[in-house]
Amino acid sequence: MSTTRPETVQDDNKPAKQPTLLRRALRTTTTKVGMVLTLIVLITAFAGPLLSPHSPTEFVGAPYASAGTSGVFGTDNLGRDVFSRFLHGGWTLMMLAIAATAIGVGLGALVGVVAAYVRGWVDEMLMRGGDVALAFPQIVLALLFLSIIGPKLWLLVLMVAVGHLPRTARVVRGAAVSVVERDFVKAAEAVGIARWRIVLGEIVPNITGTLAVEFGLRLTYSIGLVAGLSFLGLGQQPPAADWGLMINENRIALTVQPWAVALPVLAIAILTVGTNLVTDGLARASVGSDKGVEQ
Amino acid sequence: MSDAAAPATTSNPASTPAPALVVDDLKIIGIPSRAAIIEAIMLEVRPGEILGVVGESGSGKTTLGLALLNYCKQATQVDGGHIFVGDQELAGLSWRAVRRLRGQAVTYIPQSPASAINPALRIRTQLKECLSGTERTVMHRVRELLREVALPDDDDFLARYPHQLSGGQQQRIAIAMAFAARPALIVLDEPTTGLDVSTQAHVLETIREMCKTYSCAAVYISHDMAVVAELADRIAVMYSGRIVEMGDTAEVLAASQHPYTARLLLAVPDLEANRPMVGIPGHAPSPMARPTGCSFSPRCPLADDHCRSAVPPETETTPGHTVRCFKAGQQLPPVVTPPPLESWDSAKEPVLVIHGLQAGYGGAAVLENIDLSVQAGECVALLGESGSGKTTLARCIAGLHSGFTGELTLVGEPLARSSFKRTQEQRRRIQYIFQNPYESLNPRRTVRELILQVVHAVRGKVANSEAVVQEALAHASLRPDHADRYPDQLSGGERQRVAIARALATEPDVLICDEITSALDVSVQSSLVELLRGLQAEMGLTLVFITHNIALVRNIAQQVAVLEAGRIVEHGTVEQVFADPQHPYTVSLMESTPNFQLPDGLYTPTPPSEDPTG
Amino acid sequence: MRKLLARRALFGVFTLWVVSVVVFLATQALPGDAARAILGREATPERLAALRDQLQLGESLPSQYFHWLGNVLTFDLGNSLASRQPVLDLMGPALLNSSVLMFLAAVIAVPISIAIGTWSALKRDSVLDQSVSVLTLVLAALPEFVIGILLVLVFSTGFLHLLPAVVVIPPGDRVWNHPDQLVLPTLSLVLAVAPYIIRMMRATMLEVLDSDYVLQARLKGLPERTVILRHAIPNAIGPVAQVIALQLAWLIGGVVLVEFLFRYPGIGFQLTDAVSNRDLPLVQALVLAIALFYVIVNLLADVITLAANPRVRTAA
Repeated sequence: MSTTRPETVQDDNKPAKQPTLLRRALRTTTTKVGMVLTLIVLITAFAGPLLSPHSPTEFVGAPYASAGTSGVFGTDNLGRDVFSRFLHGGWTLMMLAIAATAIGVGLGALVGVVAAYVRGWVDEMLMRGGDVALAFPQIVLALLFLSIIGPKLWLLVLMVAVGHLPRTARVVRGAAVSVVERDFVKAAEAVGIARWRIVLGEIVPNITGTLAVEFGLRLTYSIGLVAGLSFLGLGQQPPAADWGLMINENRIALTVQPWAVALPVLAIAILTVGTNLVTDGLARASVGSDKGVEQ
Repeated sequence: MSDAAAPATTSNPASTPAPALVVDDLKIIGIPSRAAIIEAIMLEVRPGEILGVVGESGSGKTTLGLALLNYCKQATQVDGGHIFVGDQELAGLSWRAVRRLRGQAVTYIPQSPASAINPALRIRTQLKECLSGTERTVMHRVRELLREVALPDDDDFLARYPHQLSGGQQQRIAIAMAFAARPALIVLDEPTTGLDVSTQAHVLETIREMCKTYSCAAVYISHDMAVVAELADRIAVMYSGRIVEMGDTAEVLAASQHPYTARLLLAVPDLEANRPMVGIPGHAPSPMARPTGCSFSPRCPLADDHCRSAVPPETETTPGHTVRCFKAGQQLPPVVTPPPLESWDSAKEPVLVIHGLQAGYGGAAVLENIDLSVQAGECVALLGESGSGKTTLARCIAGLHSGFTGELTLVGEPLARSSFKRTQEQRRRIQYIFQNPYESLNPRRTVRELILQVVHAVRGKVANSEAVVQEALAHASLRPDHADRYPDQLSGGERQRVAIARALATEPDVLICDEITSALDVSVQSSLVELLRGLQAEMGLTLVFITHNIALVRNIAQQVAVLEAGRIVEHGTVEQVFADPQHPYTVSLMESTPNFQLPDGLYTPTPPSEDPTG
Repeated sequence: MRKLLARRALFGVFTLWVVSVVVFLATQALPGDAARAILGREATPERLAALRDQLQLGESLPSQYFHWLGNVLTFDLGNSLASRQPVLDLMGPALLNSSVLMFLAAVIAVPISIAIGTWSALKRDSVLDQSVSVLTLVLAALPEFVIGILLVLVFSTGFLHLLPAVVVIPPGDRVWNHPDQLVLPTLSLVLAVAPYIIRMMRATMLEVLDSDYVLQARLKGLPERTVILRHAIPNAIGPVAQVIALQLAWLIGGVVLVEFLFRYPGIGFQLTDAVSNRDLPLVQALVLAIALFYVIVNLLADVITLAANPRVRTAA
């Protein structure tokens, strides 16, 4: 047998390098729809204050004036312009939700990866501790501390983040354990690569899909939680414009002036559905990239 | 146990009964690509006859097997042809008729009984549901079946759940279920994969006897030529979705017509080392990317332009022996054999010495009192079945399992237990290659990054990094442009070569190979063994070769240590141990392994060539 | 199996203990004068002194804790600061009302979800399966109070005045005497919980249906009904029980916002009320009750999961 070109026959088999996760996810229609929905609400929330016809605290008419008579969507319980308050009331919610998610998922991922890699009693302690923390429903945990220390925004972010931490840690640990057990981690250990480098260079790059999905999922929950706590009156305080607070202030007059409640509720609904559709797309795209041929 | 040729000569009596299975021009395609997974399949199997279907991964043998039960896997469909079981055609059967057919006329024994037996149901339930009739007759038959497959038939055993049985017992239950309704045809899909050789020998014996007792036609699907040669009356060789050669076992072995068959036979390791094992370069194409013309042409030493453009038709060379090849029966060019293994001078200075090593996981002892020394330039094989502790021993040496006591010295220096506590130099000197190349390469790095990562870790910054990468790739018979690929873009064999290249790039003293061929096809396995033998001769590499395959040991190692339940029960040079095994365990291992011997004439020794890579 | 369950139960007790420590620290051990923090600036010196006495603020922290824990264990939860009534008397009816709500939601959501999930898995990739998939994805995204408000917007305002938007129950009357008022709160919870169970059931069933043992059962020629009921479902129960437990445990958090929205007189509404009144004894008691509920639900799920697994069952 000739040895000059030993394996030149395999070029036909070379698949193209996979495109990025988001790009693959965006091939499905539902993900595209989700992306559009998310962007619509994000743009409304962040560009809103620039476009609003009135100041959010300006009194423009009688309380609960119906849509069309005073402003496009009428006025709220104190006679402020609903549309202006709606346009101003989203961005704090977004910032709080994103901050809480980033902190919660970031720390949770760290705990999860460390637990998965170190194993032994450290792992056992961290995970049992997480199980205990799960006995507090997220909203109850936030209620407990916000009620005692007071409705401070930093505390709200912290409590939402603390609620995410054990949940994220558990999921990330699960994903990381299956990576840690793969031989390439052992191969890196055998040649003595530093442990923190193994975590960053070998384990984390192989759980990016899980991390992206987890971030999307927790962001969806954060939006709901932050809005829910504002709805309970534990978020931004009056007279600030805030979607959760708007629902709280105006729900008594739901039958007279539905817009003051409907606008923020629809915005939250569209946003959470959007982020969840994108997350689902990411989840679908991140499974099964490396499988054998026979099946 | 070499009665390989026995069944072939006694079968095919003059008055042949009607065939139990006829497959006529079957084609199955993938959805939505419409690429053919198998096509132009023609088969006949008579009652009591065992047809062995041999093929490597991606050849479509499992798809064929399931089609015989009128079952198509997800995203596949039948696109023409006929299957007759008895006088019944499968296509066009009603759902109800298919169900009756499956339980009664055709049954199936799957690859892995552990996953095919329902973990939530008792053995009794799963056996009973194969049968119909009154409780009394059904239970009578269930007990009878259990006795036939040499299992206990008491109520206590019947009340067990699958997890309470051993792997061999689970496989026997699967066999019992398949024969329960006295089927006309039974399809066996690699039923001994993952079993130890002694268990495998028993299971094969049971299958043979059951087929004889019930005069049942059987289709035995396997990648293992040695097993098929021992069991089957006739052999069908599949490549890339087609049957490329089919005939009586003895005739296919003695007078193979297709170049693929001929090379596949040479790829099987020889227990007696009468001939070298030679791999086939390249690997089988995936169903999505099959070449035009003859699928084997890119790997075939005889292929010409005609082969590459037209699909060869099926031709009959002698009665009952068919082949698909334009060059059928032509003499293949002689294979280049690696240099013969040399015996080593035992007085030489040992590189690696293990003394009094004990290891365990948690409280359980896995290894006891291991003493072993490895000389420079020598290959020591650690032979053992699953659970013998051979991988644990390898990991102790590599510093990946620190739960052990005892001495470990490398060129006179004691080694720390954990790789993290060893010096950079010590870590460089010992390199480890893992069993499964799909697991051991980080999919997020290119081949170049994979190699350089290890080089930087154990040699520090190197001035000419690209040259190091290219040299390593060349040593492992990979092309320069492989450096830019990701593991996902490589075949299994190529991945394992990358793992070897990565280890060689550090210029190690000792290379530990942990079952490095067991996840790969036979033809690829042989290529890797050739590569390692070449490297050993060329670079004076010291190898610790861990395997469960006794025939491989014969073909690569100079010394062998046989491990049983954590102890070395026999240790010596390969010639010694194979010629005169002392320990009963070694003897039983050698007896259980199918001794695959080719008839004279197929392989004629050629003088060793200059070129070591083959 | 008994040993395993005992261990889980012990861990549940441990969880409750940790919860009690957190609740205690959060409510009583914060830096500064807890009594003033609770009663606010305008409190009279007499009330401050009375509260300090009730909380034993003069003593060391551990002794305060053990005093408090002793009281809790003997069901002496103190008096509500707002209404001056015993906490236990206040909590009783609220707990009952919430239990009714959660029980209704669970009894409706669980069987329907399991059925839809299984059905969706069996009709894999059909239009129906895909619609279920998108619909559950949308519902799973929506926060429970958003679902509630959307339901109110549809059913209680505008053109459809079918159902009441808030729950108004005369004192002393029982919630189940007003079924029309229960519809929207229950439906909100069902719609919030069901998508997760449906998705999990579908995923688990798909995995089981793809398994070799289901393939083997089909190749044995068993009727499809037997394949699904005998071979597939028993293997799907374990994982699904865990998700159902998680969702039931989630319910107790979910009721907070839903009860607040509908002014439903349960523990969730009571908790938000107690929080805004800074009624600490009531907050403490409610959080402990919620944690107790969580631990019990999880223990039940463990029992089901373990019982569904023959490996555990046979390891006597």
